[in-house]
Amino acid sequence: MKDMMLLVEPLIPALRRYARALLRDRDAADDLVQDCLERIIRGWHGRRGDDACSWAFTILHNLAVNRLKQGQRRGRHATLDETDEASIARPAVQEDRLRHLELIRALGDLPEEQRCVLLLVSVEDLSYAEAARILGIPIGTVMSRLSRGRERLQQLLEGRAAPALRRVK
Amino acid sequence: MSAPSPITEEDLQSYVDNALGPARHEEVTAYLAQHPETQLRIDGLIRQRAELRAALAPIAEEPVPPRLNLARLIERPARPAAGAWRSAAAAILLLGLGAAGGWMLNDAAHPAASGLAAVAAEAADSYAVFSPDPVHPVELKAEESEQLTGWISARLRRPIAAPDLAAEGYRFMGGRLVATPHGPAGLFMYDDDRGTRLVVLARMMEFDRDTPMAEYTQGAVAGFAWADRGIGYSLVGPATATTARLHALADEIRRQFGQSV
Repeated sequence: MKDMMLLVEPLIPALRRYARALLRDRDAADDLVQDCLERIIRGWHGRRGDDACSWAFTILHNLAVNRLKQGQRRGRHATLDETDEASIARPAVQEDRLRHLELIRALGDLPEEQRCVLLLVSVEDLSYAEAARILGIPIGTVMSRLSRGRERLQQLLEGRAAPALRRVK
Repeated sequence: MSAPSPITEEDLQSYVDNALGPARHEEVTAYLAQHPETQLRIDGLIRQRAELRAALAPIAEEPVPPRLNLARLIERPARPAAGAWRSAAAAILLLGLGAAGGWMLNDAAHPAASGLAAVAAEAADSYAVFSPDPVHPVELKAEESEQLTGWISARLRRPIAAPDLAAEGYRFMGGRLVATPHGPAGLFMYDDDRGTRLVVLARMMEFDRDTPMAEYTQGAVAGFAWADRGIGYSLVGPATATTARLHALADEIRRQFGQSV
């Protein structure tokens, strides 16, 4: 149990970040992390050789994907109002803040499969092999989704791809 | 010498993530220098990656809400064998508070709250907090080691430089100053090719100013601590690393500190 505290507790901030970046809703994301932690506690002794980090992200990822599917079935697309976006990113500098909001909005317009890879690799610093394990896909697929996701994100940011960024007067 | 293999899109993506080996990294750098358009694209992706990290970093810096407190979740009743969970959680809480209570010292008569056991506990706390950190495991990186040495030496009022463990297969990542109940401490971090991280902590000692090396273990963490001429040191790593290996590293670190301080 002590090793669980040592191995899992430090992951919680990153798990919250991943969940929130995917769901774009602070409370829904924390619900998911809580569910994930409860599953980790219940399953700790029975876990297989996986390291704690990959294992925790796998559980969280699967929960997030299910949640996103449910949201789509109910026709409730995860749109954000400005307050929610503000809750996602709060950098100190105003220009950075605007840039970050723009980036997070563009990230939300990426196909889910590309967004997941981008977040796990670019933001959570997981290796390609770890990301492949978490997502249950071959490494080659991780690499191609990463490449397409990054390219697409650049296009969205530069206004080269629909949907166009909302302009504020 | 064979010619470098062709640069692929996968190489370029790995370059953006800084995930290539040094030799391949050099080859991609050289390739990009000759392909300005690709260079432009890759520079854009490197910037994008940095911005994405910066945009999402504040989430991970928020305090974790109480309902996601792991110790509390573990302790929650309505589970089988609740008693066992609770006592485990209590032990963890002690460790979390930075008390040395959870640490088993071979010499049971030793005062755990000060002296060598405290150094070991502080190193373990820092290890638990910083070594799994995906974003900023160290504050000053290896490239800034001169600055790091200056900083830590100034605060500890002794010349303290990071030991070189390259010959033992551990790469110096960098370090930071950390707070302990006994004043500032220098923390140095290392990793090996498999990503296993180790930390070395050093701080001034009020008690146990010259103490032979002792072994400490606690759950998934193992370490050694000793004190030499008023400075306490502790090496901490995952318990999966064999004790003999950690012991050999600790000996090497003690040897190097002994020469420099």
